Amino acid sequence: MQFLYSGLTSGSIYGLVALGFNIIYNTTGIINFAQGEFVMIGGMLIYTLFSVMGLPFPIAFFGAVGCAFLVGIVFERVFIRLTRIKNELNLITVTIAASIIIRDVAMHVWGRDSLPVKEFIPVFNIKMPGGVISSQSVLVILVSLAVAFGLNLFLKKSRYGKAMRASFDDPVAAETCGISVSTIRVMSFAVASLLGAVAGVIIAPIMFVTYDDGIMTGLKGFSAAILGGLGNFGAAIAGGLMLGIFESFSASVIPSGLKDAVAFLVILLILFVKPDGLFGKKKVHRV
Amino acid sequence: MRKLNPTFFIICTLAVVGIGFGVYNEYYIGVASLMMINALNTAALNVLLGYTGIISIGQAAFFGIGAYVAAYFSVNLGVPPVLTLIIAPVVAFAVAWVIGYPVLKLHGHYLAMATLGFGMIVYIFMNEFYDITGGPSGFMGIGSFHIFGLNFGTEKSFYILMSGFFLLSVFLYEVFDKSFLHYKLKFIKSSESACRSYGIDVARTKLLVFSSMAAITALNGVFYTYYTHFISPVSFSFKYSISLICMAIVGGLGHITGGIIGAVFLGFIPEVFATFDDFEMIIYGGLLAVVIMFFPGGIAGTLKKLVKKNA
Repeated sequence: MQFLYSGLTSGSIYGLVALGFNIIYNTTGIINFAQGEFVMIGGMLIYTLFSVMGLPFPIAFFGAVGCAFLVGIVFERVFIRLTRIKNELNLITVTIAASIIIRDVAMHVWGRDSLPVKEFIPVFNIKMPGGVISSQSVLVILVSLAVAFGLNLFLKKSRYGKAMRASFDDPVAAETCGISVSTIRVMSFAVASLLGAVAGVIIAPIMFVTYDDGIMTGLKGFSAAILGGLGNFGAAIAGGLMLGIFESFSASVIPSGLKDAVAFLVILLILFVKPDGLFGKKKVHRV
Repeated sequence: MRKLNPTFFIICTLAVVGIGFGVYNEYYIGVASLMMINALNTAALNVLLGYTGIISIGQAAFFGIGAYVAAYFSVNLGVPPVLTLIIAPVVAFAVAWVIGYPVLKLHGHYLAMATLGFGMIVYIFMNEFYDITGGPSGFMGIGSFHIFGLNFGTEKSFYILMSGFFLLSVFLYEVFDKSFLHYKLKFIKSSESACRSYGIDVARTKLLVFSSMAAITALNGVFYTYYTHFISPVSFSFKYSISLICMAIVGGLGHITGGIIGAVFLGFIPEVFATFDDFEMIIYGGLLAVVIMFFPGGIAGTLKKLVKKNA
């Protein structure tokens, strides 16, 4: 049972990152390979504002998340907007280029060491059937579920959410209806960056923050997104949880060094068998 | 087949011979050898990415497979180095065939993710299987390449060996660029369904190209092994795959000269900016972003455009 609990914790994080991938993909059709870097930025900012400068947690939290929001806006305006030929290959590589830049700027600002972040909620273990679960893990799980639920509501019910979905379906038609597609694109990157930062903040006390965390986080998050099926928020969280649990169980039977390999093996299998994800709808291929 | 354009081949030959005779500093000879290895890897990636439209973020894995197979066979099994030049590409070809069969049905970011996942798995295996690969601390005690009593152990002699292989490959790439195969691949890139209606077996062609390029990359890996005498997983990580993509895109996708120009150009950066050692990756990322954003054809494409405008 203990494996299940630790799997749930890491799975919720993957799910949160996967949500970031989803929100950008849902509005722009772009896969943002710098999503993991947004998570790292969130963790780094909370380290500076909360652990070093000693601000009260709510202020530090909003500061970190707000900065990430701005990073998302700049990211879209600079990298995505200025790309001349917007085909899939160019957009993938431009986000990879951006992730290299963000990572290295972070290395120069915060250094190469792993940085510890203070806990911001009381830490205690909760007894569960067959094992214990720490209060921090509960927080991570609750936040990811709340975010997924909130996002779903936002996209389905609110005006902005509807505008976002409309501009993915048909940008020209959306523009005709008076939706500014360009603003929507910026917003989706900003929101994704914000989500990444939220994930970065809540996991910072559990793991240390290092400048190159983003690669692995991003890859796992993307795996979770594909596992669940791109384009569906509930599926993203489910994919994340499944990946986390699977990983944690596999660590009990094989050497832990191979744990990451197992995660990628699962993704490869999913891609071979059902490329649209476990819960994805089959897309129509037109000739 | 179109007429061959020997200009680039002549430039390469002059550069290689010039460095061979004009440069006495062993360090720079070594840099040039590594640059040629990178250039050939990038050219292979360029055929995948620029011609056929296969996004592969796992090229480092094939490079690593070549290097480790050569090391394992020559050190642990005592196979003469010449034979590893055949064994390693065959192994890589087989691996690529098995991986490519399901993977190449995917497109776009799914394909990117799948190749990346494959690269990661190979990288993790290199780190974890101590008995075969030596784990993170690497594989040591690899001899140098020798054939018919000639030993290519010194910097200079390895440079001669490598430049022979390099020039041969550049020539073959030029032949490929002017052959009908090149049109077939570009046709696949622009529309797979149109290809199918013309009776081209798309899946098979892609698989063949993917596996052949994997074999060529592995062959480079063999040379790399005999050059450094020591290999560790770090050289074959995700980072190397990314820098290959950087080189291909900065050089210019879809131009056979592009891969080589890109590798040489980016290879110079760490040498020129040695004082900015820490900023190397930022320069890489910045260059990559600028090229994608403003010069979609890369260096080769932009040069070609300029030449056409003025002519």
